[in-house]
Amino acid sequence: MNILSLAWKNLTSNALSMLLSLVLFALGVGLISLLLLLNRQVDEKFDKNLADIDLVIGAKGSPLQMILCNMYHIDAPTGNISIKAARPFMNPKHPLIKMAIPLSLGDSYKGYRVVGTTYELPDSLYNGILAVGTLWKNDMDVTIGAAVAEDLNLKMGDTFFSSHGLMDDDMHIHDEGQHFKVVGIFAPGGTVLDQLILTTPQSIWKVHNHEEEPPPPLEGEAGHDHGHDHAGHDHSHDHEHDLTEVAPEERKALIDEVDKEITSLLIRYKSKTNWRALSLGRNINENTDMQAALPSYEMNRLFTMMGAGEQLLRMIALIIFFVSGLSIFISLFKSLRERKTELALMRVMGASRAKLFSLVILEGLLLAVIGYLIGIVLSHIGMELLAGVMKDSYRYTFTGWTFMKEEIYLLFGALAIGFIAALIPAIQASRTDISETLSKG
Amino acid sequence: MLATKGLKYSYDSKVALDFPDIECQRGESWLLLGQSGSGKTTLLHVLGGLRTPRNGKVFIADTDLHALSAAKMDRFRGKNIGIIFQDAHFLKALTVEENLALAQQLAGHPVSKKRIITLLERLNIGDKLNSKTTELSQGEQQRVAIARALINKPAVILADEPTSALDDVNCNEVVKLLETQAKEENAVLLIVTHDGRLKDLFPNKIYLGDNKK
Repeated sequence: MNILSLAWKNLTSNALSMLLSLVLFALGVGLISLLLLLNRQVDEKFDKNLADIDLVIGAKGSPLQMILCNMYHIDAPTGNISIKAARPFMNPKHPLIKMAIPLSLGDSYKGYRVVGTTYELPDSLYNGILAVGTLWKNDMDVTIGAAVAEDLNLKMGDTFFSSHGLMDDDMHIHDEGQHFKVVGIFAPGGTVLDQLILTTPQSIWKVHNHEEEPPPPLEGEAGHDHGHDHAGHDHSHDHEHDLTEVAPEERKALIDEVDKEITSLLIRYKSKTNWRALSLGRNINENTDMQAALPSYEMNRLFTMMGAGEQLLRMIALIIFFVSGLSIFISLFKSLRERKTELALMRVMGASRAKLFSLVILEGLLLAVIGYLIGIVLSHIGMELLAGVMKDSYRYTFTGWTFMKEEIYLLFGALAIGFIAALIPAIQASRTDISETLSKG
Repeated sequence: MLATKGLKYSYDSKVALDFPDIECQRGESWLLLGQSGSGKTTLLHVLGGLRTPRNGKVFIADTDLHALSAAKMDRFRGKNIGIIFQDAHFLKALTVEENLALAQQLAGHPVSKKRIITLLERLNIGDKLNSKTTELSQGEQQRVAIARALINKPAVILADEPTSALDDVNCNEVVKLLETQAKEENAVLLIVTHDGRLKDLFPNKIYLGDNKK
């Protein structure tokens, strides 16, 4: 019968009155831990998927929506831009742009987005590694992300029809057109690539061809566009000649389709500190029908907006945490009054004041540790449940089965609260006057 | 074995209590008698090291009790003094066995289940080993209290009105057990009481107050 098991027995024999403090404490710990988990994983996802993209160029609309759509694939496109307008930025000899990856969106399969793009997307942005098969080569070939393959149980050689939009909607399946064929599957990388279906931009046009034939560009309009490009950047027809020569096969085919449209371009600068690169976005916004947005800026804006809510939740969690500390204090204090004779008796049996002090402290710490464990288990179960919900609505994979070093700090915090809550009752216990207490009978 | 010299005690500024000198040998049983308010329980607590006297000394097994430091006094009390109270108090969260084991441990002795069982059997409550103390009758509780007072083979056993809550049958039985067991452990037994039923059972008596008969 050591002091620890005595503390344990005191708590368990008094379980009901300790229950409230325990539940409160677990709730506080759980909420804080859940917030930490969520925050960490959301941050990680967004950071990883920033993929060093400096600028996104797309159709005019909400810049945030454009970023969410083209980089995180959780929103609808703002519209399309013509290849004619986009083509100066796809020039490999552009003085400022190191890489311009075209994206053609608009279709999905069972909630997973079909992206028409070039090899640079998996290669340079997300460091995608093929688990099996090859990258797409011909139109209607697709290479799919790991999450897509796993969730939809797609294998090499499988075929499917896409549907319009991001919703899984039977009404809009393009079943009268051609079907996609899986030629490769990426290994999981923890990026947005996991939940994409990649193909050529031409494939997207093929699927959509029968419903929306893009109108032939008007002479005047084309000239207008071009004029703007010209004003913003030093692109001439001479350059376009070079472009077709140097561009990879796939991009060359794309650039020539001047009357077609894509959704956006993901841009990586040659130098992030070049002042001309910094004003490129503004030039596009002011002088063209397109829109340019800085991912880091837009995401910061989004996080600031969400941050207020998160801060409120954090405050609530902290308040619960401290109230639970108070509740531990009160229940220890109450149980101490009832156990005064027992404590005096322990003194009679030879226990020192220090022993009584440590007994009560130990009870506080035990409560804190149990509350902490329950809280941590709850938060991880909660995170796993939340991950299911988020997967359904965003196709992003989160998990509850990851642990962070912050949880260790949280344990120290919990122990500190348990200690502080038990301090005054413990001092009180160590000061128990044996004679008085026992004389009262 | 148990001796006092010139003990005086005072509650704050109130009347000072003057106690007669006591000298008891191992194996002896004594009654400490007196009216309520004569300071019987106070003396018992002073003897048990639960209260500090204003003057005088208490010697137990040749140790000057009140010269010990606080922590040493606690340890000494656990080892050498067994105290039985009017109402038997226990740690409610623990069983009979655990209560006795705790008494051994707090005194700094190793836990001996054998000793616990032997004692309980000698007190005719061997079957209560795993009972919660709250499930016991008052007579049984008082016997467990006796077992706890005896468990560490103390030099002195102090009993404060151990029989006042018991009926005649239990009273007799408990006192007899207390006396024989104390003798068996070769300890001084000092019973504080105003219970008339005990008067004729013990030849050695100490009277407190002016009520000396």
